[in-house]
Amino acid sequence: MPGLDPGIHAFLSPDQYVDGRVKPGHDAAGTAGVVMTYIAKPKFHHPGLKKNELGYTHRDYEGKISTLCAGCGHDSITASIIEACYELSIEPHRVAKISGIGCSSKTPDYFLGNSHGFNSVHGRMPSVLTGANLANRDLIYLGVSGDGDSASIGFGQFAHSIRRGVNMTYIVENNGVYGLTKGQFSATADRGSKSKKGVVNTDNAIDLVAIALQLGATFVARSFSGDKTQLVPLIAAAIQHKGASFIDVISPCIAFNNHAGSTKSFDYVREHNDAVNRLDVLVGREPIHVDYAPGTVQVVEQHDGSRIALRKLDADYDPHDRVGAMTFLQKHAAKGQIVTGLLYVDPEAEDLHAHLNTVDTPLNTLDAKALCPGSAALDKINASLR
Amino acid sequence: MKPTDISAPDYFHKVVDCQWACPAHTPVPEYIRLIAEGRYSDAYMINWKSNVFPGILGRTCDRPCEPACRRGRVEENPVAICRLKRVAADFKDDIKHRLPRPGPKNGKRIALIGGGPASLTVARDLAPLGYHCTVFDQDPKAGGMMRTQIPKFRLPDSVIDEETDYILGLGIEFKGAHRIDSLKQLLSENYDAIFVGSGAPRGRELDIPGRKEAAANIHIGIEWLSSVSFGHVEKIGRRVIVLGGGNTAMDCCRTARRLGGADVKVIVRSGFDEMKASPWEKEDALHEDIPILNYMVPVAFIHDNGKLTGVTFQKVKAEYDAKGRRNLVPSGEPDETVACDDVLVAVGQENAFPWIEADCGIEFDKWHMPKVDPKTFASTNPKVFFGGDAAFGPKNIIWAVAHGHDAALSIHKMLSGEDINERPLPEVHVSSQKMGIHEWSYDNDISTDKRFKVPHRDKVIALKDIRAEVELGYDLKLALGEAERCLNCDVQTVFTAPLCIECDACVDICPMDCITFTENGEEDDLRQRLKAPSPHHDQALYIADGLKTGRIMAKDEDVCLHCGLCAERCPTGAWDMQKYLIDMVHAGSTCQSKARSAA
Repeated sequence: MPGLDPGIHAFLSPDQYVDGRVKPGHDAAGTAGVVMTYIAKPKFHHPGLKKNELGYTHRDYEGKISTLCAGCGHDSITASIIEACYELSIEPHRVAKISGIGCSSKTPDYFLGNSHGFNSVHGRMPSVLTGANLANRDLIYLGVSGDGDSASIGFGQFAHSIRRGVNMTYIVENNGVYGLTKGQFSATADRGSKSKKGVVNTDNAIDLVAIALQLGATFVARSFSGDKTQLVPLIAAAIQHKGASFIDVISPCIAFNNHAGSTKSFDYVREHNDAVNRLDVLVGREPIHVDYAPGTVQVVEQHDGSRIALRKLDADYDPHDRVGAMTFLQKHAAKGQIVTGLLYVDPEAEDLHAHLNTVDTPLNTLDAKALCPGSAALDKINASLR
Repeated sequence: MKPTDISAPDYFHKVVDCQWACPAHTPVPEYIRLIAEGRYSDAYMINWKSNVFPGILGRTCDRPCEPACRRGRVEENPVAICRLKRVAADFKDDIKHRLPRPGPKNGKRIALIGGGPASLTVARDLAPLGYHCTVFDQDPKAGGMMRTQIPKFRLPDSVIDEETDYILGLGIEFKGAHRIDSLKQLLSENYDAIFVGSGAPRGRELDIPGRKEAAANIHIGIEWLSSVSFGHVEKIGRRVIVLGGGNTAMDCCRTARRLGGADVKVIVRSGFDEMKASPWEKEDALHEDIPILNYMVPVAFIHDNGKLTGVTFQKVKAEYDAKGRRNLVPSGEPDETVACDDVLVAVGQENAFPWIEADCGIEFDKWHMPKVDPKTFASTNPKVFFGGDAAFGPKNIIWAVAHGHDAALSIHKMLSGEDINERPLPEVHVSSQKMGIHEWSYDNDISTDKRFKVPHRDKVIALKDIRAEVELGYDLKLALGEAERCLNCDVQTVFTAPLCIECDACVDICPMDCITFTENGEEDDLRQRLKAPSPHHDQALYIADGLKTGRIMAKDEDVCLHCGLCAERCPTGAWDMQKYLIDMVHAGSTCQSKARSAA
């Protein structure tokens, strides 16, 4: 499979770029005995590319070139994160991207090349993220995980970060298989779906969206890597949401889970996608002008004053009703439909810092005296506990 | 929009902007790749087939390809296509054994008037087919204006000798120092066809007061250049004014600098940017300390009893009317007289056919130009064809070559008893370049190098010797670096819709945001909805339908780098990189059928 085994590729770092004047040629193949090379994505960009408020083009939010298989859904999610950050005019140094292990968890290397990053132990992204968040509440936290990382080895970690209300955007790149180990079913694979070899899955699936709703996530959405017009605004809205935002993105595994009988293939998801709404416009704090028929657009004002306009596709669906959302999800899942869109949002959400009544400033900006108030203060605390 | 018919030969041809812009349609990226591979002789032969004079054109071409070069749309400067052509000529091995061999004579005789690029192209195309070609020229050696009007410091005689000899060596009879003074006479000699490639030999006059009186020091540019070329003129006054803003004016001023002109000025009616001279020729003149003065119209030659002392100019300014047309109107400033010892008049060239008698069956239009079919180059006398400057007025060498190819085809068809108006379609080859995963048979990595400068001879030395070539040409290292800048626009992105699963991988990886999957619509509407702005409507949108979601694939060809990443990222092979080669039809091309290989 193209690009499947990252070990056989040699990558050019930009500083290794061969100068045509010295030794024209395009790679260092042969020097390391490598079989083949990717070229680096050319630095040229479209001369008419738009710039955001910071003067950056979307190309400025890219990272290294992806080493995933050609056609991987994860690359589209990467592109969507790039687009969302570009549209929000986020300064890259204000973002911390944190991941675990797996195909999905490799992707933070492929976007926001100028942001903070931490590639943690398998399934431990939520803990590392929680810790980082507690230490520095001023950064934007982007947790990127996969179905193996979050629904199996890190299931508990996932659950606790959600129920604590850590202010983050938690994205699961959900393909239903273990791609790196040649396509075994993961915990999110639907019962009855078929593996590439024709084996039928007999285990019940974990629906991470349902769990996130139950555990109190204050922004819950599902989307599809093949539908960026839906996904990009969802990621942007989730980043702006203050609280635990969870997005389950179905992302077909082109190598092991894109065949007939799979419920996470491009064709299956396109056929069974039941979108309840579309976040067509992110309006920020500007007055809203939307030219849809009255009653079809719902404006949601988030905690920070930003507003999003939701175009309703299902007139009866109310994204402020947690219990309703859970019921709706179960009913449609039973019919074999994949519900996508913004499923639940609590505009008045609070985060972990509010719950713990922590100090407003990041720990790294506090001086030594504030961080270590001395033995007298410790004695006082100890005394209060006696 | 309707899906693009990529099997139409012109569709992909237009994507190879340089080749499309070249009048002779030289396969530019193909020869640049060969240069990068060190295959200079192969690169030379591709050029030789298309444009006949690679060494000459590699020094003197007007380069219609370079403004068209896609590279100029993604960074500041296009690829130095012209000077790479020279590299092929400079570094090739002996190629004589690769030239066509004269075939058995077919008994048909062709007379060619003028020994310049147009006639020599016709002769080259026809001689291998067995025609007996006789080239007449008033000068002793072949080459025409290439030899007489282009200064030796730009184009050494050795290069002209070599490339004219390749052609004359095909069994062509060359009658030098043989001026044709009567077409009627020539017609009576029973040639099967006559080709007129006599150029635009007359320099335009500047009839203002003092012209006659001061004639001794006022010279017509092209005549003067020709005299210099033949060594009849070896010096000029210290202060020289060159009138005119074209390439001939640039040649005149630079030649004057080498013949004793210490204070040489070019004085032009129009503004600097609208001058007809190529930007690089203006640059070269400025580099040799020749100021260019603009918006000055000569009104009188000033003389002292017939001895030229200066030229008086009226100052003008540009004004634009409602339709955006430019008019030069007096600026109101007082006239200025510029002192000088000699004036070179290079204000244009004209055709002159005093040797074509009225009863030769050749009709002329109201501008005294022969009526020539722009496709077949036939005149109103079915046996007589025109090409080069003689056909449509002064243009450049590469146009003369293109005319020559077409005229030769007409002559061949006519003498084979075929309809000359039926032009065979060119043959097109399209073949995949895929060698493996991430492996292509062309170097798809995009060099970020800026255009490399061609080394020049030291100015002090160059100005001392009129025969010392100023440009030294790229050395191999520079040539390789410059060749790597080519974007391989002939390696086309070919899309097969039924294979596409709409995973967006190509959209995400494309560095130029060329690809969009969207709902179909009218072109203007669609261009608004592309991923990146689409300002160049002359650049095609490649549209493909038949996708599962009912959307279309729209690729803006405008700034595609042909890096092949879309094809590398495509999991199903819906994108492929395929090399497009078009064989322009010349006289005697083997494929003369309408059938062509499917693109």
